[in-house]
Amino acid sequence: MMDIKTAFPLDFSPVKKTTEFTLSSRPSLSYWQDAWIRLKKNKQALASLFIVVGLVVFTLIGPYVWRVDPSNQELSRISEAPSLGRSVLVLPEEVAYEEVVVAGHEESPTADGASLDATAEIQIMGVPSIQGVRFKWTPVKGAAGYSIYRTQTEPKDRESLGVPLSSIEGGNRVSFDDGFDLQAGRYFYAVVAKNGEESSKFKVISVDLKAGISLSDAQSISPDAKIGEMLKMGARPLGTDYLGRDMLARLIFGARVSLFIGFFAPLLYVILGILIGGISGYFGGKIDDWLMRITDFVLALPFLLFMILFKIAFGAGPGDDGIFPMLIALIVLSWTGAARLTRGQILQLRESEFVQASRLLGAKSLYLIFRHLLPNTLGVILVYLTFAVPSAIFTEAFLSFIGMGVAPPTPSWGSMCNDGIKSFLIHPHEFIFPALFISITVLAFNLLGDGLRDALDPKMRSQS
Amino acid sequence: MLSYVIKRLVAGLVTVFFIATATFLAMHLVPGDPISGAKAMSPEIRANIEARYGLDKPVAVQYVVFLTNMMKGDFGISFTQQNRSVNDIIAGHFPISATLGILAVLIAAMGGVLYGSIAALTRGKWEDRTVMFLVILGVSVPSFVFAALGQYVLTEINKRFDTEILPVGGWGTFSHMLLPALVLGLGTMAFLTRLMRSSLLEIVNQDYIRTAKAKGLPTRRIFFSHQLRNAILPVITFLGPAIAAITTGGFVVESVFAIPGLGRYFVQAVNQLDYTVIMGLTVFYGAFLVFMVILVDIIYGFVDPRISIAKGKA
Amino acid sequence: MNMKRLVFVFLATASIAQAAPKKVNLVIQTEPPQLDSSKATDQQSNFVLGHILEGLTRSGKNGEPLPGVAEKWEVNDKGATFYLRKDAKWSDGKPVTAKDFVFAWRLAVDPKNTSEYAFILYPVKNAEAIVKGKKKIEELGATAVNDTTLKVEFEKPCGYFLGLTSFTTYLPIREDFYKSRNGKYGADAKDLLANGPFTLTRWVHGASLTMEKNPNYWNAKTVKLDQIDIPYITPDNTAQFNFFKDKKVDMIERLGKDDLPLATKNGFKMKSYSDGSVFYMEFNFRKGRPTTNKNLRKAIQLVVNMDEYITKVVGIPGTLPGKTLIPVWVRGVKDRFRKEYPYNPPKMNIAEAKKFVEAAKKELGGSIPPLVWLTGDTNFAAREAEYFQNIFKTHLGLELKIDKQIFKQRLAKMTAGEFDIVAAGWGPDFADPMTFAELKTSWNENNRGEWKNDQYDKLIREAQSTSSVKKRMNAMAAAEKIMLDEVAIVPSYERTVIYIENDRLKGVVRKQIGADPDLTQATID
Repeated sequence: MMDIKTAFPLDFSPVKKTTEFTLSSRPSLSYWQDAWIRLKKNKQALASLFIVVGLVVFTLIGPYVWRVDPSNQELSRISEAPSLGRSVLVLPEEVAYEEVVVAGHEESPTADGASLDATAEIQIMGVPSIQGVRFKWTPVKGAAGYSIYRTQTEPKDRESLGVPLSSIEGGNRVSFDDGFDLQAGRYFYAVVAKNGEESSKFKVISVDLKAGISLSDAQSISPDAKIGEMLKMGARPLGTDYLGRDMLARLIFGARVSLFIGFFAPLLYVILGILIGGISGYFGGKIDDWLMRITDFVLALPFLLFMILFKIAFGAGPGDDGIFPMLIALIVLSWTGAARLTRGQILQLRESEFVQASRLLGAKSLYLIFRHLLPNTLGVILVYLTFAVPSAIFTEAFLSFIGMGVAPPTPSWGSMCNDGIKSFLIHPHEFIFPALFISITVLAFNLLGDGLRDALDPKMRSQS
Repeated sequence: MLSYVIKRLVAGLVTVFFIATATFLAMHLVPGDPISGAKAMSPEIRANIEARYGLDKPVAVQYVVFLTNMMKGDFGISFTQQNRSVNDIIAGHFPISATLGILAVLIAAMGGVLYGSIAALTRGKWEDRTVMFLVILGVSVPSFVFAALGQYVLTEINKRFDTEILPVGGWGTFSHMLLPALVLGLGTMAFLTRLMRSSLLEIVNQDYIRTAKAKGLPTRRIFFSHQLRNAILPVITFLGPAIAAITTGGFVVESVFAIPGLGRYFVQAVNQLDYTVIMGLTVFYGAFLVFMVILVDIIYGFVDPRISIAKGKA
Repeated sequence: MNMKRLVFVFLATASIAQAAPKKVNLVIQTEPPQLDSSKATDQQSNFVLGHILEGLTRSGKNGEPLPGVAEKWEVNDKGATFYLRKDAKWSDGKPVTAKDFVFAWRLAVDPKNTSEYAFILYPVKNAEAIVKGKKKIEELGATAVNDTTLKVEFEKPCGYFLGLTSFTTYLPIREDFYKSRNGKYGADAKDLLANGPFTLTRWVHGASLTMEKNPNYWNAKTVKLDQIDIPYITPDNTAQFNFFKDKKVDMIERLGKDDLPLATKNGFKMKSYSDGSVFYMEFNFRKGRPTTNKNLRKAIQLVVNMDEYITKVVGIPGTLPGKTLIPVWVRGVKDRFRKEYPYNPPKMNIAEAKKFVEAAKKELGGSIPPLVWLTGDTNFAAREAEYFQNIFKTHLGLELKIDKQIFKQRLAKMTAGEFDIVAAGWGPDFADPMTFAELKTSWNENNRGEWKNDQYDKLIREAQSTSSVKKRMNAMAAAEKIMLDEVAIVPSYERTVIYIENDRLKGVVRKQIGADPDLTQATID
């Protein structure tokens, strides 16, 4: 047989293979590349993305950077306002409080309580500080006991003496030691004699308190601390909580719980939803009917009521943090949205030309599902997932807020809100910071979701 | 049409039956004991209480009894309020929760449509930005924060003006409902504003709007007779579930504002493990939710000419 | 459906308010579950019932019995006879008779009526046997000799019986009225009859209650208030505080720790009283529990500093550190029980505590497993648990697993013994040390730790079968010493309550027993 080439001399010679050719179209971009470009243009969404990444970093790296133990209780620093390390006075070690009892005091059982005299004098004992205030007074004739009051504005009359600190039984017991929730500042203490009834007269002493800590506490922070020196305390940039624990460290710790539930619950239930929705949409028929009926049923369960029911049904045993029951409850109740979404998408895609073509070429079910159907629904699902995160975070916060969430000592942002809201007006930092973290996280995910939807929406893609 | 409604109702009843079963199961999984009291009681008294509530029978029997009674519309007697039936509790307190919920949804819907429209019409301008900023705040702040702050601010205002602008709590008159309803509806309002805005914006590009514009119809007319009417549809679909969700989700607001709604009873019942009340309320709420959705679907059919119920969904 | 009625009722009371100047507004935590006095168990019910019903006696400021429906009485070892006043009337005008008491008491012990508080009638002859189904209810040792004479037989001598006669379960119920309600007695305002200073005129479930002066009360002239209105029901402290600040209520029964600085800032007049409850750590003595080891319990007792705990965790000034199971307000022979029989538990001593824990470790085979701390689901319960967890860990190296449970689940776990330590508390039922002392007897179902000591049981039995005050007190003091020496419990605190009142409100009495707050003698300017 003759060689064609030789038989027919070529009119054309082949062009040498070259990599250089002119491209008349813009570079072909994959769906995801395109989406990424769009997302980058959306400043809000990009900022949110950074916030989300920042939160994850905050949670993971936080404990290594901010090396304060979240469970360390400093009872001398309860509910301290945010500070970058304040200086406090080192005080002599507290001596055990010895009550002053006078001898020879006579209680007259007949004396009229209301007309008893006020005490003649009140004397401060030792150095008053926020660690404690001690004082004694001269006994009142005929008194069978005394009531001690405390306030922070100078009392005008008998009605405005403030908090009743103690009711002392015995007219011979004439001293008091106060350690309740003292902050630096001025306090007014009043002593009222009583005999059955309280007297209408009272005596007031004012005390200026400085922030101070005892020598032994000081030495545990800095070994060479001396009495009378000022000592710089560790920074508490977000203040401390009701047991003197560092709020920042607690928030980092709490972020683990809140974000864990915020991320994993939606991730897991969306995966479950995809599976159920995918199977239902792809196979159709009886399977679809049944699965959709189950979906409708789960959707009809009153969500919060069942969250609470499941939460107590699965229960948390001793030492459990209560995260697992919450996770399970969330998954069981929340997969329906993703399932419906996936099913709808698959139903649409199943009939589309490229899937039909692939099927004609002999593609098997599994291949079709994983190669064509799922990747093409991923965009919509990703958007759905992004919006599911804030709602999971809200649910956790809400449950923890009504006391059905995580168990102590594990903190979550929701449970910290619950702890903080009671003292909101006095120590706002204990409530505001966890609430702020919840809000910022939810906000970031919402904006990111908006951005993703715009970026991934094929309709928008064709328009620009 | 009628057959569609009947079909939906039957399906709804089946769902309620399943909800009842799920609730019953969940209740019997819960560890603990509804009969115990802070002070121990003698075993004989205990046995009598168990007998009264049928707890001495096997679980299967209890289930059958529960279902048959439920079909008769009887949820039994509360464990804690020993001479009140669950029906009494629902009849007494559901109207309150529902009133509050409907008012909240109304406020949310009106606010949502109004602010959504403003934002869409002023797209990109400062009005739009302000509204959207508030919306974002609304969806990002938990309701318990709004409730506590709302009440505190109101107390301060009342004190400042030394009169009662609005009551800080309790129940009875319309003025009692306003603040709690607003607090309750705020999140939904924010959501609806967004929904309204985006659906309006989507419609702007539709052909029929362009046609209308080309015809030279005044903007106002286009907005009210074309845009608004079509854009409001997704808002309506959302209302049914929203009423149900808000009505069932008012625990915190009801507690903060001292409102005798059903939500508070539920939380209380859970803490007391009041079986009958928990089961009764859950089934009732489930049924409420199911039929609310059906109702909205039917209304939707009337509002949206594109959907024909008879063929469309059945 | 109820809305219209609700609005109407609200307007109606508003107009009544103008006509009646002496009106007090209150807020309560939860509503009474029901107001059938034979079945009431909670504080809210006691409060309302204590104002609308009157027993044979009323309890005074310090729990002492004052004449009520009974004018005078005779009590001996065998029983008691009460002579009822002739002018005592129900709110419908019919006289209060001895039969009304017999009926109420029989109802309380009737096993079919399932009263949780049936045990409070056990001093009455045959009561326990009736509850257990061994005797007929007609055999209860209480008989109406005639309309104004009530004869009570005792099971065994009961030194504190008079104090019981003002208790809620002992309040009278009239048979014909009870039967006419068809099982709904006490379910609503219309399902109740009053014989006390007030009548319940309106009860909107979950929302409000109104009590008005009862003109048929025999002692109506001493009642100064025309109306007690409870327009709000909420457990939310902050909301309660806001109502007070907004002048909607005249009193808050209990301030939270965080309300104190606010109350100070607003210049509200604060008062305090001891509400009578004691709180303590209860150890589990069931087999296999590490807390059966006495050295471990000693270590725990020595490591805690209740003064610090009270200032830093409880945070309510005036709270007393727990010393014994019998709190300081209870009276003994002549003076306070605590004064007559002082007991001082050892003070915190960490070095000693460490020695004890080492000893315990050896006895328990080298190591101590993590201890389960069972507690409730309130914020305070969590704080307390976290505080002790930290103390146990840092000073003793003991792990504490916190088990936080809702009320009924906690009770179930307490009964089943699924704990090592439970944060427990006890509120008194009557003004006698016995209400506390009998707690740790082996037959008491409230002894959830199942601590058992024959000597203790014997002493309490002794105290329960004599009417000599001195003998009873001696026996209880001896028993308590045994129990505390064995560290069956570690008392943590005796509760003090700080409350605020409107300056115009006068004469409100706070008590440890019975209706609290007591407004029967109160007035408002």
